[in-house]
Amino acid sequence: MEKFNTHTGLVVPLDIANVDTDQIIPKQFLQKTERVGFGVHLFHERRYLDHEGTQVNPNFVMNKPEYKGASILLTRENFGCGSSREHAPWAIEEYGFKVIISPSFADIFYGNCINIGILPIKLTEEEVEQLFKLSAEAPLTINVDLPKNTVTCGDLTFTFSLSEFQQYSLENGVDSVGWTLNKLDAIKAFEAKMPAWQ
Amino acid sequence: MTTSTPQTMYEKLWQTHLVEDTEGETPLLYVDRHLIHEVTSPQAFANLRFHNRPVRHPERTIATMDHNISTRSIKIDAAGEGAANQLRALEKNCKAFGIELFGMGHKNQGIAHVMGPELGLTLPGTIIVCGDSHTATHGAFGALAFGIGTSEVEHVFATQTLRQNKAKTMKIQVNGHVGAGISAKDIILAIIGKTGSAGATGYVVEYCGEAIEALSMEERMTVCNMSIEFGAKAGLVAPDQTTFDYVKGKEYAPKGEVFEQAVIDWTNLRSDADAVFDTVITLEAKDIKAQVTWGTNPGQVVSVDGNVPSPEDFNDPMEKESCKQALVYMDLKAGTKMTDIQVNKVFIGSCTNSRIEDLRAAAGIVERYAGQKVVDAVDAIIVPGSYRVKEQAEKEGLDKIFMDAGFEWRLPGCSMCLGMNDDVLESGDRCASTSNRNFEGRQGRGSRTHLVSPEMAAAAAITGHFVDLNA
Repeated sequence: MEKFNTHTGLVVPLDIANVDTDQIIPKQFLQKTERVGFGVHLFHERRYLDHEGTQVNPNFVMNKPEYKGASILLTRENFGCGSSREHAPWAIEEYGFKVIISPSFADIFYGNCINIGILPIKLTEEEVEQLFKLSAEAPLTINVDLPKNTVTCGDLTFTFSLSEFQQYSLENGVDSVGWTLNKLDAIKAFEAKMPAWQ
Repeated sequence: MTTSTPQTMYEKLWQTHLVEDTEGETPLLYVDRHLIHEVTSPQAFANLRFHNRPVRHPERTIATMDHNISTRSIKIDAAGEGAANQLRALEKNCKAFGIELFGMGHKNQGIAHVMGPELGLTLPGTIIVCGDSHTATHGAFGALAFGIGTSEVEHVFATQTLRQNKAKTMKIQVNGHVGAGISAKDIILAIIGKTGSAGATGYVVEYCGEAIEALSMEERMTVCNMSIEFGAKAGLVAPDQTTFDYVKGKEYAPKGEVFEQAVIDWTNLRSDADAVFDTVITLEAKDIKAQVTWGTNPGQVVSVDGNVPSPEDFNDPMEKESCKQALVYMDLKAGTKMTDIQVNKVFIGSCTNSRIEDLRAAAGIVERYAGQKVVDAVDAIIVPGSYRVKEQAEKEGLDKIFMDAGFEWRLPGCSMCLGMNDDVLESGDRCASTSNRNFEGRQGRGSRTHLVSPEMAAAAAITGHFVDLNA
């Protein structure tokens, strides 16, 4: 996993609440056995006018020329609800997003983001609203500093938090499986004490 | 004499699975049972190979084929090339890593969350995970069960553990008893209607009260299955005699003295009487009526004797906007009586409602409309949750009741719940579905889903619209 330190990027304002993972990556694109090829189908039903994905929907925010090259997704509450498919953050990452800012995330989606190195930032509803307002005036570039836990946009600075280990894992690009495999003694000790039925 | 702090069932499950809680690290929990399927496992296996890591306890993982299999044929390539590739990859991976697989047409094959319980793979007091958000189903047994992403599937393969931050606890108490004809699906939809579709984000929910205790295991599974639909990490029901009677004698369940000891341990799992929950929600069972969703998330639900709401009915600006958008997508007018909504598709199946009791309930309604058939305007399919369910239903003659009435009787699988195979709706189709999600496009681009109980789905198939069966 790549290390995450600071990131400066263009913000896409996706002004929709309760975006579920079916919308992020529809089921017809889940039939791959590889980890790549999902970015082109991100938000497929909104992004394209036809089922085959040949006609780009010019009204969908991500398709507007001013948001080309955006790497920060700004969105509303309960982002990533529904299915546990990690294909959703894979698609978001492959499209080029490094950071997602929202007032709240669904639990499984939030964990999946951290596990692949995307930074999900929870700000308050008021802060998110402020960013939406600024973004409506002109395309917005913001700076995210993970070690300092800050989001900076001009004179505005917001702070966010992650759990200690999630922060450490993102900053250091920790291989979580390798990390836990160093704890095999503790796992074996636990197994030795388990009741017979377990 | 020692006094200990009263604990909730979740806290007990947490404590009995805590491998390590090191300062500065996310706590490490032991995973007893891992269920896998073809869609969310291939990349996890690929990473194991890349790092040359084995599956630590292959005997604790069980694989099934469910998400994108055909419901018309047991041939592995019957649902297209993409599906066949994934199914073959699962076969190859299970063989290479020593994992038991219930493949196409195997007597134990079924939807993971139907198969696990019916084989006794699901036990109280365990942690069960699967790369599928409806893993919460197994919480009906008093197991801590939740959906995980593919990176976590890999973590479980390699270590038999997972890192989890502790969730908050919510108690949902349903007092008294539901009226005649009210199903477990109505109970859970009513709960989600009350909390909203993100009402339990960050929580593990425990369902309790007389109405929950009175439910059969299959009904409890229906309730816990939809915990994720209001954001909960997991749903739990305290194990009791109903649970023990269900588990006893199942193929993979402990036997003899080991089972007796297990029952003692499982009995101690229930939340202590004075345990404190972060949030408590109470419902009166007698107030719960048959439910039908009208919108595009499971919280957008009303009683069947109600009307489609208007954006003006909501105070919260986000809910107002959400209602507005949902009415457009669903092509519904505010104020329309729910019983006036016509459907052209009916799907009875999914990990929420495809067990034998669900099929019996649906067949019971078909029989109530003696001699009447599925209306011409409707295509109705019944997809049992597993081969065992299918076999039992056929033994009882339910397949005949359905087919005589014009329903299609299909092979087991996830089917139209998510439409990864060819069981998809066309744009504009309106479906009475016993599944768990009414998201935009869930059952097919432009399709419209109304979540209902098996009884309501059967009545909609015969009449072409929703019916207040208690009227």
